[in-house]
Amino acid sequence: MASMRDIKRRKGSIQSTQQITKAMKLVSTVKLQKAKTRAEETNAYFNYMYQTVHSMLTRSGNISHPYLSGGESKRKAVVVITSNRGLAGGYNSNIVKLVTGSSLPKEDVDIYAIGRKGLEGLEHRGYKIKMDASEVMEAPTYKDAKAICDQILEAYAMGEIGEIYLAYTHFKNTVVHEPRLMKLLPVDISDTEEPEHNGVIMNYEPTEEEALDMIIPKYITSLFYGALVEAVASENGARMQAMDSATSNADEMISDLTLKYNRARQGSITQELTEIIAGANAIS
Amino acid sequence: MAEENKIFDVEIITPDRVFFTGKATMIEFNTAAGEIGVYKNHIPLTTVLAPGVVTITMDDGKKEAAVHSGFAQILSEKVTLLAETAEWPDEIDKKRAEAALERAKERLAQKTENVDYARAELALRRALVRIEVKH
Repeated sequence: MASMRDIKRRKGSIQSTQQITKAMKLVSTVKLQKAKTRAEETNAYFNYMYQTVHSMLTRSGNISHPYLSGGESKRKAVVVITSNRGLAGGYNSNIVKLVTGSSLPKEDVDIYAIGRKGLEGLEHRGYKIKMDASEVMEAPTYKDAKAICDQILEAYAMGEIGEIYLAYTHFKNTVVHEPRLMKLLPVDISDTEEPEHNGVIMNYEPTEEEALDMIIPKYITSLFYGALVEAVASENGARMQAMDSATSNADEMISDLTLKYNRARQGSITQELTEIIAGANAIS
Repeated sequence: MAEENKIFDVEIITPDRVFFTGKATMIEFNTAAGEIGVYKNHIPLTTVLAPGVVTITMDDGKKEAAVHSGFAQILSEKVTLLAETAEWPDEIDKKRAEAALERAKERLAQKTENVDYARAELALRRALVRIEVKH
C-alpha cells in the first residue's frame, strides 16, 4: 500500500491540475459565447451567399468559365482549418483524420494550413504544406479571409492547382461539432435542389464572365470567413467539453485518493495502537 | 391601394450582420456599370456593386447608407445586396473619412512608382462616399 505521504502528494498534484482545467473551462466558455454570437451573425451572409451563388448558377445555364469547369492541373489545394493550441479533445485530430481518410491522393495534395495543430499533424504524415497562415486563427477577420483567398485563387488562375477543398469544423451547436470537407472550386452545382424559378433567366451586368469573375472570389472568401468563424466557435466548444470532463475526472480521482488516504491513516493508527498494546503486554 | 403593388423586399447583408431588411418602393445604388434605380418587377439581374450611396425609398421616407463593394441580385419581388461593408450615416466618423480622403489625394498626387494607385483610388472613392452619405 502506498504511503500516506505519497497519496497526499499525488492528491495535491491532481488538485492543482484540476484548478488549471477548471480555469481553462471557464475561459473557453466565455470565448465560446463570443465566438458563437459572431458565428450566428456571420451565418446570414454565409447562407445567403451560398444560396445566391447556387441559384444564380443553376439559373444561368451553361456558362463556360474556369471557375466552373475546373483547372487542368491534377493538384488539389486543401485549406485545413484547425487551432493553434491543443487541449481541445479530438478537435484537431478529427480534421487531420478527415483529410488523411478522404479519397484525395496524398501526392496530389497541397495543404494550405490555417492553424498550427493541423499543420503539424499533416506534415508529420507526409503531406506537402504550401502555406501557413496560422496566426489568422487568433482573431479571424474578413480581411484575413480575403488575403488567403486571393493567394489561393492566384494559384488556381496560374494553373498550379485544379481543385480547391476546404476542411473545417462545422459548429452545429455548443456540443455538436462536425468536421467537414467541402469542395469549393470548381463550383459543384449538381447537388442543388432549388427549383428553377419559372425558368427565369438571370441577366448579368457587365457580362456573365465579368460578373462571375467578381462574384466567385467573393463567394469563396465568404465561405472561408464563415468557416474560420465557425472553427473558432467549435474549437472553444471542444475545449470546453474536454476541460469539463477533465475536471470531473479529477474530482473522481481526488475522492478516490481521499478514501485511500483515510484508509492509510486509519491503518497506521491501528498499527501504532497494536504495537503499544503489545509492548505494554510484554512489560507486565 | 396602388402603393401595395409597388412594394418589394430589400435585404442588405454584410459578413458581420444583417444590415437591413424591409420593404421598399424603390432602391437606388451604384454598380460597376453606373448608377441604377430599381422598382418592383425588374428583370432578374445580377450586378457588381461599386462604392456608392444606397438610397432606399419607402412609403414613409428615405434611408441612405454607404456601401463598398459586393454584388446585388435583383429579382422581380426582391433585391438582395451582399456587401462587404455597409454603414449608416451615424456610424461614419466624418473626421476619419476626411483624413482618409486627404491621404488618398496625397498619394495619388505623388508621381512615384511605389504608390499603389488602384488601392489609393479605391480609398479615395470610399472616403468620398462616406462623406457624401454623412453630408
